[in-house]
Amino acid sequence: MNVKEFDVEKIRNDFPILKRSIRDKPLIYLDNAATTQKPKQVIDALIRYYEYHNANIHRAAHTLSEESTKAYEDAREKVAKFINADKEEIIFVRNATEAINLVAYTWARVNIKEGDRIVITEFEHHSNIVPWQLLAKEKGALLEYIRIDDEGMLIIDDLHNLISKNNVKMLSFSQMSNVLGSIAPAREIIKYAHEHNITTLLDGAQSVPHMPVDVKELDCDFMAFSAHKMLGPTGVGVLYAKRSYLESMPPFLGGGDMIKEVHKYDTRWNDLPWKYEAGTPNIADVISFGSAIDYLLEVGMENIHNYEQRLTKYALEKLSSIKGLEIYGTFDVKKRGGIVSFNLGDIHPHDLATILDEDGIAIRSGHHCAQPLMDKLNVAATSRASFYLYNTKEEIDALVNSLERARMIFRI
Amino acid sequence: MGTSDIYREIILDYYRNPRNYGKIDDADVVIKDSNPLCGDEIEMHIKFKDGKISDIKFNGKGCAISQASASMLTEIVMKKSIDEVRKIGKNDILESLGLQNLGPARIKCALLSLKTFKLALYSYLANNMNKEDQELKDEASKLF
Ligand SMILES: Cc1ncc(COP(=O)(O)O)c(C=O)c1O
Repeated sequence: MNVKEFDVEKIRNDFPILKRSIRDKPLIYLDNAATTQKPKQVIDALIRYYEYHNANIHRAAHTLSEESTKAYEDAREKVAKFINADKEEIIFVRNATEAINLVAYTWARVNIKEGDRIVITEFEHHSNIVPWQLLAKEKGALLEYIRIDDEGMLIIDDLHNLISKNNVKMLSFSQMSNVLGSIAPAREIIKYAHEHNITTLLDGAQSVPHMPVDVKELDCDFMAFSAHKMLGPTGVGVLYAKRSYLESMPPFLGGGDMIKEVHKYDTRWNDLPWKYEAGTPNIADVISFGSAIDYLLEVGMENIHNYEQRLTKYALEKLSSIKGLEIYGTFDVKKRGGIVSFNLGDIHPHDLATILDEDGIAIRSGHHCAQPLMDKLNVAATSRASFYLYNTKEEIDALVNSLERARMIFRI
Repeated sequence: MGTSDIYREIILDYYRNPRNYGKIDDADVVIKDSNPLCGDEIEMHIKFKDGKISDIKFNGKGCAISQASASMLTEIVMKKSIDEVRKIGKNDILESLGLQNLGPARIKCALLSLKTFKLALYSYLANNMNKEDQELKDEASKLF
């Protein structure tokens, strides 16, 4: 399928919420970096599960439990294939945040010692900052930041300098910034880290939903992402980890399902991946996440990425024509995804979002859980429009018109 | 409520040219509060004399609604007696802003300054009047 065949009208028809109006205007949803809308295939899978299959999984011999266990494990296989991993390497958690915390609380807690260094970047989401701060404080380790340049791209020289310091144990970074859209050259970075024996975690929360991501090719040791940012339900996140790590790491939470045998004072852990999934998991949502993956594969990740690049190029061109509007990040669409942060004159992003909302347009305003980045950009907040496969050029035109209206109201 | 109704000239004027903006070096009480949702910040500096607010200034950063409302509030309470300003409630502020119909997310912006002001007032009263005033505490807890 080439870009011409990308049938956005057909796609839009699959999303019931896109028929909604907001204050008598058609909804224009441009807050996809926060969470995406769900196609009816995903919603139906959820309903079907509860109406037809609902049962707790594993260890039961009745039909419903067998069905739900199979559906749950099938979803794992879909996720594994989606990122080119093995199914034993896919751990279901609540969200990307929990996936990162799992690594911080297990692998890192055992392997990071006083004086060791953890390296992250200036464009991380709080979920890839705070767990490392907690760990660094607990262990007396050092947290260091790879800086970004004026275009919002990682400074590779900085990375080289930081990584070649002694005692760097962990490099954790976003493949795509949730504020600037910058795409990090992940493969090259990971390769370099591995040459220095550094363990790598890739925050794929913004990249996995929008472009093909292959963990074997990237060679990351861990990767975290969230279902709700890729057409799936809330409440499901994924930790990918290389098998060798999962085998040697201690478990995260203890309880049912993660064990093989429990004795009074001793327990044998379950096999992978269940060793890391204590208690009844989010069965229904994992299963409907499987339908989201089916949907994305049907459209094709390459197609989605290309389509979004075109949208982003169009948006950057149109937005730069607005007087007084400052865009953060690079204009080179090959180096960025469909996330555009900006400020318009002295209009505070919250005021801007309120005005746009009146036109039915949903954007996000604030610090986007990236306060260190806001400090770096020297702003308190930004407005952010972020796209997905169902957005259109017409919607971007509407965004531009609405921004012009805001400019009039505020007399900029 | 239409957006154009929210961002009337008067709000923009107070946003861009805030009255009573700044600090008071010898303030009796200085209190800062923020709205974690959107990061709006307001710091109030108040000086009291003879049971009255003899001077008040604010500073901070945030949206037009939060900053304009803070500036208007300082004008409303300036030179008024403590008893009078204790009676000022949400509706007084929203009315003077002309923003009675703000949505739930933005109403917090509009009322941040009142909250900060009341916090400052109650902390002053608690520290300086030396009384365990249950009435005060009740008033404070009912505010938000
Ligand atoms: C880059 C990045 N990492 C992590 C997260 C956290 O995702 P979640 O809130 O689903 O855990 C987000 C979500 O905004 C994100 O954009």
